[in-house]
Amino acid sequence: MEITVNGDVLTVKEDITNIEELVQELHLEKKSLIVEHNQTILKKDKHKETAISEGDKLEIVHFVGGG
Amino acid sequence: MVNNRYHRQMLFEPIGETGQKRLQESHVVIVGVGALGSSSAEMLARAGVGTLTLIDRDYVEETNLQRQQLFSEEDVRRQTPKVIAAKKRLEVINHFTTIHAEVIDAGVDELELIVPKADVVIDATDNFDTRLIINDICQKHQKPWIYGACVASYGVTFTVLPEETPCLQCLMDHIPSDGATCDTVGIISPAVQMVVSHQVTEVLKIITGNLDTLSGKLIAFDIWKNQQMELKVASLKDDKCPSCVKKQYPHLTYQSQLKTAVLCGRNTVQIRTSAEKIIHFDEMKQHLERNKQIKLFTNPYLLSFEVDKYRVVVFRDGRTLIHGTKNVQEAKKVYYQYVG
Ligand SMILES: [Zn+2]
Repeated sequence: MEITVNGDVLTVKEDITNIEELVQELHLEKKSLIVEHNQTILKKDKHKETAISEGDKLEIVHFVGGG
Repeated sequence: MVNNRYHRQMLFEPIGETGQKRLQESHVVIVGVGALGSSSAEMLARAGVGTLTLIDRDYVEETNLQRQQLFSEEDVRRQTPKVIAAKKRLEVINHFTTIHAEVIDAGVDELELIVPKADVVIDATDNFDTRLIINDICQKHQKPWIYGACVASYGVTFTVLPEETPCLQCLMDHIPSDGATCDTVGIISPAVQMVVSHQVTEVLKIITGNLDTLSGKLIAFDIWKNQQMELKVASLKDDKCPSCVKKQYPHLTYQSQLKTAVLCGRNTVQIRTSAEKIIHFDEMKQHLERNKQIKLFTNPYLLSFEVDKYRVVVFRDGRTLIHGTKNVQEAKKVYYQYVG
C-alpha cells in the first residue's frame, strides 16, 4: 500500500491497517506527536480506530527538546 | 523617512515607522542562550528591539562554536558565562539595545520575577522541564511565548497566545525522555537558524501589532530530508487543560519540578524528575551509543555511562546520579545534555 507521509511516498506493509500501527512501524510510538490524517488532526485516542488506506496523506510532527 | 540603520526594515510595509517605534519600546525575554537563543538575540538586537533579557546558567564551551553564533574562541578560553559573552557581542552590534544578562537557572522563582516585564518570551531552552514552566508562567501573566526546539536536522516551533491558541500542555500527550539531544544525535546549524527564523518573525508580528498574520500552526521540518509540515492544531485546545483553561499551573508547584540533592561525601548529585516524565530506556541507550565519546554500560536495572569527568547512572524509574560533581547546576547541565 502506498501512502504519503510528510510529503514522501511510502510503501507500507498491507497488515498495517490503522494510525497506531503505522506510528509503530515508523518507530515513533515513544515520541510525543501529533498526526494529521487527510487534513484532519487526530487526538491520540483516535489513532487506533482511524483506518489507513491506499493514497492517504499524513503529516506527523513530533516534539523535541533540544535547542 | 530618515535613512537610519533601520531604514530597510521600515520600508517593509507591515513594520513601517510605527512598527519600528514599537520595536524600540519593546522588551523581549530569551530563555536559554545556546544556539537558538544566540541567533534570535542577534536578529532582535539588529532589528532594534529596545530591551532584551537573556537568561542562561551555562558558560561557553568549544563544542558550542559550531552553531552558537555570538561566541568566540576567547570566550571558550575564559569560560565566560554565555549571557555575559552574548551581551558583550550584542552591545558591539547595536549599542541602542539594553541587554540584561542573567546568569541564573531559569526556575519558577526566577521567571516569576522576569516574565511579567516582558512583551514576548522566546523559548530557547534545551529541555521540557523549563518549557513547561515557561508555558505555565506565560499563561499566568498573559504573555505570548514562542516554543522552538531542534535536534539533528529536525526543528519544530509554535506560538502560544494566552486565551487564544492551545498551549504546550494541550499539544503534548506526554513528556518524552529518550536521550535524543544535541549532545547524543547531534545538530546542524541550518536547523537552528530555520527554527529561529520562524520564532523571530512571529515576535516581530506580535510586537508590531500584526497579529492577523501570525501562523497559528505547529510548524516542523527536517531540512536534511527536505520535509516541511504545518499543522492547524487549534482543535487540540483541551477544555480540561490544567494550564491554559483551568489555570492551575501544575508546573509551578514544588512537586512537578526537577528535584536535586547533593549526596554528602560522594561528590554526587541525585536528580529526580516529575512523575509525569516517561523514561524511554531502550531509546536512551541507542541514542547514547551514537556518541562514541560515551562509555556505556547497562544491566536490566540501570544504565551507566562515562563522559568527560562524570559518571552518570540512570535508573529505570528515571532517578539519575551524576558522579563527579557536588554542584547542582553542573549536574543539571550534564543531565539535560545526555539524558534529555
Ligand atoms: Zn493548554
